[in-house]
Amino acid sequence: MTQLTTRVAGAFRVWLRNFESWKDFAVASLVGTVAEPLLFFAAMGFGLGRFVDEIQGQPYVAFLAPGLVASTAMNAASFETTFGSFTRMNEQRTYEAIVMTPISVGEVVAGDILWAASKSLLAGAVILAFMLPLGLLAGPLAAAVLPLTFAVGIMFGALGMAYTAIAPSYTFFNYFFTLVIGVMFLFSGVFFPLDGLPSWVGWAAWFLPLTHAVILMRALTSGTLEPSMWVNGAWLAAFTLAAFWLSVRLIRRRLIR
Amino acid sequence: MMGRPILSRVDSEEVLVRARGLVKAYSTEPVVKGIDFDVRRGECVGFLGPNGAGKTTTINMICCFVSVGGGELEVFGQRVNGDARDIKRRLGVVSQENNLDPDLTVLKNLLVYGRYFGLPREHRLRRAEELLEFVQLEEKRDSHIRTLSGGMRRRLTLARALISNPELLILDEPSTGLDPQARHVVWQKLRALKRAGVTMLLTTHYMEEAAQLCDRVLIMDEGRIIARGTPQGLIEEHIGAEVVELYSTDPSHSDAMALLQGAADHVERAGDEVFGFFRRSESARALLPVLAEHHVVHRRATLEDVFLRLTGRELRE
Repeated sequence: MTQLTTRVAGAFRVWLRNFESWKDFAVASLVGTVAEPLLFFAAMGFGLGRFVDEIQGQPYVAFLAPGLVASTAMNAASFETTFGSFTRMNEQRTYEAIVMTPISVGEVVAGDILWAASKSLLAGAVILAFMLPLGLLAGPLAAAVLPLTFAVGIMFGALGMAYTAIAPSYTFFNYFFTLVIGVMFLFSGVFFPLDGLPSWVGWAAWFLPLTHAVILMRALTSGTLEPSMWVNGAWLAAFTLAAFWLSVRLIRRRLIR
Repeated sequence: MMGRPILSRVDSEEVLVRARGLVKAYSTEPVVKGIDFDVRRGECVGFLGPNGAGKTTTINMICCFVSVGGGELEVFGQRVNGDARDIKRRLGVVSQENNLDPDLTVLKNLLVYGRYFGLPREHRLRRAEELLEFVQLEEKRDSHIRTLSGGMRRRLTLARALISNPELLILDEPSTGLDPQARHVVWQKLRALKRAGVTMLLTTHYMEEAAQLCDRVLIMDEGRIIARGTPQGLIEEHIGAEVVELYSTDPSHSDAMALLQGAADHVERAGDEVFGFFRRSESARALLPVLAEHHVVHRRATLEDVFLRLTGRELRE
């Protein structure tokens, strides 16, 4: 059994490889990751928000913003471990080159997922930076949004990676982004509360990982965290572990014949 | 790196790679069907074989990139299974396909790769500069991979494989797809490494490459090793010394054919060509004046003759 420190160091070296290739194009990449959620924030929060009264006792923009942090973390990580990782694995053969060094498949996968989560964190931090002067953060607890954003990035990074391992070509990401990511974006309580809808919708939404991320995000920014929410945290942790385990297994099967 | 004294290679007894009854199948299709071989420290061993012979699969098992299907495989005295970190730390690999990192510059390709081995930064920088000089890419250090020619990419891949000072260098068709100039530069570099005592295991289907570089050659066909020995030893054993080639477009071909058949130790036909193999060069030379009016080529026997003799002349696709 290899020591944990060796494994962490291996994953970090893969993370550094991604950082190194990203930093030369950091600005272009940031615009893609951050600009879209900010535009949503402005258009929905202030545009649509003018026609909506309060939701759950808060102005619409305050209701929407934490949801957008969660969905932005989801999108940033999902893009990275689907299109990004697929390219590195199949087009560029970067994974192949790396696993011929002392780095293992598990470390390559972990490094790419941590990289995806870092992009989530960066995008989430930018949105948070806009929320602060607008008075959309209720208290110091809101700082915990950052580690949560990173955790949400890991979860969706792992999910994207597992899908990448079984995707025959880029075209197959259409299924993933429409039927998985797209559904979650719209039906996980980012734009409207789920409790006013028919009960089966809320019941179904409970199985979507983004739902739990949104609940926790909103609790942190509005200062309404409750002890009962450990269930949401545990749900996310369990899903993340399962997705990570699956992604390592599937990528290893695809890479090592 | 070049200053090291030449190691006595052939008499080194330390076995770096040991395979016994090594087997591999992809789903149900067997690719490697039970092969035995050793690679000792300091020697250069070449796997020769047509496409689909199982050469790449064999070396990928050594690199821990393809799982061992059966039999025994030990590298550096350790059994290969799964993520063999300690084995991979001591290997340098030049893959057949270009897998340089297209997102990084030439220098960063070396630095980032060295980091995968956990080498400290100063060490990596010094070693990278040394290696760029060795493979003559100093001027390209800040260029992106896509601006490099095929030969430059192969040289950079070689430099990358050397960044960790590997004990065993594995090269999968190191000069395939290169133009003659680029190929000769690669050979020069590999000969320099060989003189420095680097142990090498390579696959190739260039007979000239095997003859120039390898101390020992293993000829593979359809997943089995069908012959082994030194290049010269294999030529002497299977072909002899010289070859006379005759073309059947020649009108009086049948007379010449009879003469050749009478004198040669072995005759082989392929398409419009007839090959006469001679164990003794005197017998070949004696025949030449008789065949003076015919269209013949007289040459020394090569490893290619051995290869074609043993693996046949049908196309492999």
